[in-house]
Amino acid sequence: MTLDALNISIAWPEIFLLSMTCLLLVVDVFLDQAKRNASYLIAQFSLLGTLVLTWVNMAGQRVEAFNGTFVVDPLADVLKIFICLVVSLVFVYSRGYLKDRNIFKGEFYVLGLFGVLGMMIMVSSNHMLSLYLGLELLSLSLYAMVAFNRDSGASAEAAMKYFVLGAIASGMLLYGISIIYGVTGSLNIPEIANNLVKQPEMNIGLIFGLVFLVVGLAFKLGAVPFHMWIPDVYHGAPTTVTSYIASAPKIAGFAIIIRVLVEGLGALQSDWQGMLIILAVLSLAVGNVVAIAQTNLKRMLAYSTISHVGFILLGLLAGTKSGYSSSMFYILVYSLMTLGGFGVILLLARSGFESEELADFKGLNQRSPWFAFMMLIFMFSMAGVPPTVGFWAKLSVLSAVVDVNMLWLALIGVFFSIIGVFYYLRVIKLMYFDEPVSASAIDNTIEMKVALSFNGVIILILGVYPGALMSLCFSVFN
Amino acid sequence: MFADWPLLSLLVWTPIIGGLVVLLAGDHGGAQGAKKLALIFSIVTFALSIPLFTEFDTTTSAMQFVERYSWISTFNINYYFGVDGISMPLIILTSFITVIVILAGWEVIKTKPSQYMAAFLIMEGLMIAVFSALDAIFFYVFWEGMLIPMFIIIGVWGGANRVYATIKFFIYTFIGSVFMLVAMIYMYYQSGSFDIQDMHNLKLSMDEQFWIFLAFLMAFAVKVPMWPVHTWLPDAHVEAPTGGSVILAAIMLKIGGYGFIRFSLPITPDASHMLDWLVILMSLTAVVYIGFVALVQNDMKKLVAYSSISHMGFVTLGLFVVFMIWENPANSDLSGATLAVEGAMIQMISHGFISAAMFLAIGVLYDRMHSRNISDYGGVVNTMPTFVAFAVFFAMANVGLPGTSGFVGEFMVILASFKANFWFAFLAALTLIIGAAYTLWMVKRVFYGDIANDNVAKLNDLNSREFLIMSLLAIAVLILGLWPAPVIDVMHASVDNLLHHIAVSKL
Repeated sequence: MTLDALNISIAWPEIFLLSMTCLLLVVDVFLDQAKRNASYLIAQFSLLGTLVLTWVNMAGQRVEAFNGTFVVDPLADVLKIFICLVVSLVFVYSRGYLKDRNIFKGEFYVLGLFGVLGMMIMVSSNHMLSLYLGLELLSLSLYAMVAFNRDSGASAEAAMKYFVLGAIASGMLLYGISIIYGVTGSLNIPEIANNLVKQPEMNIGLIFGLVFLVVGLAFKLGAVPFHMWIPDVYHGAPTTVTSYIASAPKIAGFAIIIRVLVEGLGALQSDWQGMLIILAVLSLAVGNVVAIAQTNLKRMLAYSTISHVGFILLGLLAGTKSGYSSSMFYILVYSLMTLGGFGVILLLARSGFESEELADFKGLNQRSPWFAFMMLIFMFSMAGVPPTVGFWAKLSVLSAVVDVNMLWLALIGVFFSIIGVFYYLRVIKLMYFDEPVSASAIDNTIEMKVALSFNGVIILILGVYPGALMSLCFSVFN
Repeated sequence: MFADWPLLSLLVWTPIIGGLVVLLAGDHGGAQGAKKLALIFSIVTFALSIPLFTEFDTTTSAMQFVERYSWISTFNINYYFGVDGISMPLIILTSFITVIVILAGWEVIKTKPSQYMAAFLIMEGLMIAVFSALDAIFFYVFWEGMLIPMFIIIGVWGGANRVYATIKFFIYTFIGSVFMLVAMIYMYYQSGSFDIQDMHNLKLSMDEQFWIFLAFLMAFAVKVPMWPVHTWLPDAHVEAPTGGSVILAAIMLKIGGYGFIRFSLPITPDASHMLDWLVILMSLTAVVYIGFVALVQNDMKKLVAYSSISHMGFVTLGLFVVFMIWENPANSDLSGATLAVEGAMIQMISHGFISAAMFLAIGVLYDRMHSRNISDYGGVVNTMPTFVAFAVFFAMANVGLPGTSGFVGEFMVILASFKANFWFAFLAALTLIIGAAYTLWMVKRVFYGDIANDNVAKLNDLNSREFLIMSLLAIAVLILGLWPAPVIDVMHASVDNLLHHIAVSKL
């Protein structure tokens, strides 16, 4: 094996991130609490560096490395850049919150960065094993992060639940992978695709493996009926961790669905399309309806996530290039607006006060008109009301579905989004129409306020001019 | 001199940017700072809308003042503005009414005046954009975006039951419009573009037209509002602050009527023909039944709200009776149909002025007494003679007294309905009796008689600001009533073109 076959150079971003994370691990040990900001800065620097390296090494076409286990293509580059960006924002939003709760520790950043590494490997995986490796690296980091506030019972319970259910899901996925290996004789994704084309006849084992794969992926993404962990984990985890789980890993989840179902098992599209239809419709229904009953904003956003997953699956199941592009556009937009939603919760949280109940948002417009306006934008964006970018996300997904003559699915989609509007409106109602319960001023770091404003303004700007991001998503699949 | 100006863009973006400026300026610049700033922006916008009228070419039905740029190339969505004789008068109505609304909120709005003014300015821009957008998705963005400021206006500055009213308003309208969105996407895949004029020329089978028509009907019927989906309107009107009610009645309702003209009729002419009985039935029910409902109201705003629904019934009646006129063998030419559609258009504009005036008149009383109940008033004429003179004039216009604008539109539609079916005209004409009954009965109870109580005795007559608002509207109502010809001339070519278009089956 020569170094050429390894083609190490295309993995520079991952190598850099791994080295920096190890460096942070060592440096952090020697820092006392007063100098903990250094860990934060190192973490941000690592993300920035990874982002820049990805940008600089942007591949125009598909390049494989490490004997075909690792791939870099435009899809991977775009998703990696967004993952770094989103996690970097999470870190900005988190600092004040962590300090207030005395959990401002280096481990948070170390775990967060390992999670990013896991996601990047998932995004770039060209082989079932590297995919699984990335997924587990991410999941294990997340389990620990959920339990990060070790004195909180809810946190520990959520972590336990997440771990047990996540392990089952990983098991399913692994089982599915092994069956697929048994049938096709390969773990390499393009080879699987090739072998499938060569054996056109129906194979019950193949379908069996596909079912396990879809179940495992649905679990990780949180599609109904495999969504049980989402509300509990979102609710129990520290809000910083929730904002992490809710945003970047979904992007990586989208990537592995593309890698496995589209690139690997594209020949079975008619089979997985049916499965995804069921998952999508159920997610839309359960997510939107149950969200209405929530009084806790984190739980409400958890169900809202489930309904967004339904929309993302709608685009994927269309099975066309424009469908995948629409889903990708949706997931990128989703990660930004969810991040914003949790960002506002983090902004309002103080030491000893979580600000995660819906009632805590009462009268926000009188306390801070600007951040009430930001939350208004996030909520309308999630509801899909123009001129926010959430509308364009829904429009592109719906048009992908209409394009493949599944008008009824589009109608189901808009029907449930009508129901969805109600609970987003309720948040706005609380902020604008009700009197504030506490008159305390908003107290958080300047960088957080700036970043959150940036996040909201981006949603608005993308809403007015979505063309560039949309073209980018469409160019990735062409 | 205005030929090279991107007039429509200016009309849309001046108020929106103005709104953002007012929002950012906040309430720091003194109590009146935000209001003055808003007034300046609204007057500039109105001034910019005048060249639309003066430079308008009445001989053509083609779109004028067109601006077209690619916006989202992935879906072939264009930034595409243009007006014809149907949308142009509505744009001027919008910019005129917004000035009035900003003046009307001058003293009344105490909480967060900058947000209030900003919401109205932003809404003005969005509404003008709705009337001038010629790309379906571009239209939809503004159509939906419009809900956000209105939602806030009713919810923040509204009455006691405002939250219920505003959420009902939002969800009703949202339900109506999302299905329209799906219909638009469907047509995009048939025609390859979201251009409304391409959709006009798109061949569609009867089945397709049927469903597309229903999707549009849901969107526009809620907005107009037509019976039986009108129930959000009385709630929204009653709870909204005066300015909100004025915008709702004067302009937002017109967007529904405009939608029928711009989308339903030309895109799905055969389905419109097939289902015209349904729309006519809904319209006549609105005219007659809702008229009776108005009669029993105790709340003045609610009464005027129901009266609005009843008057808007004439609009939809006029638009859809054209098919029945054609079917009637006695009519050989288009003139009956032209009369109907132009009558509907005049009715929309006239109702814009009259309903605005009625709500403002109620607002004048409400600002002083903080009550909308008819029973709390009586003998107002003794303390507010000038005000009552105006109010009675507007009430007469609402009834449809000849010489006022209220007469012209209703008369044209009734006349046209005669050519279709005697009974349509008969039922529609009943409004002259019912409308007179509920309006004049309210006038009698509120304005005339002896002074009912001490509160009425303490009332002050109009101040100069209120006098200005009332006079402007009274002049508008009179001009349109006595000399509607310029407005009809403006729309004639476009209406003619529309009728020729829908006379040809797409099948």
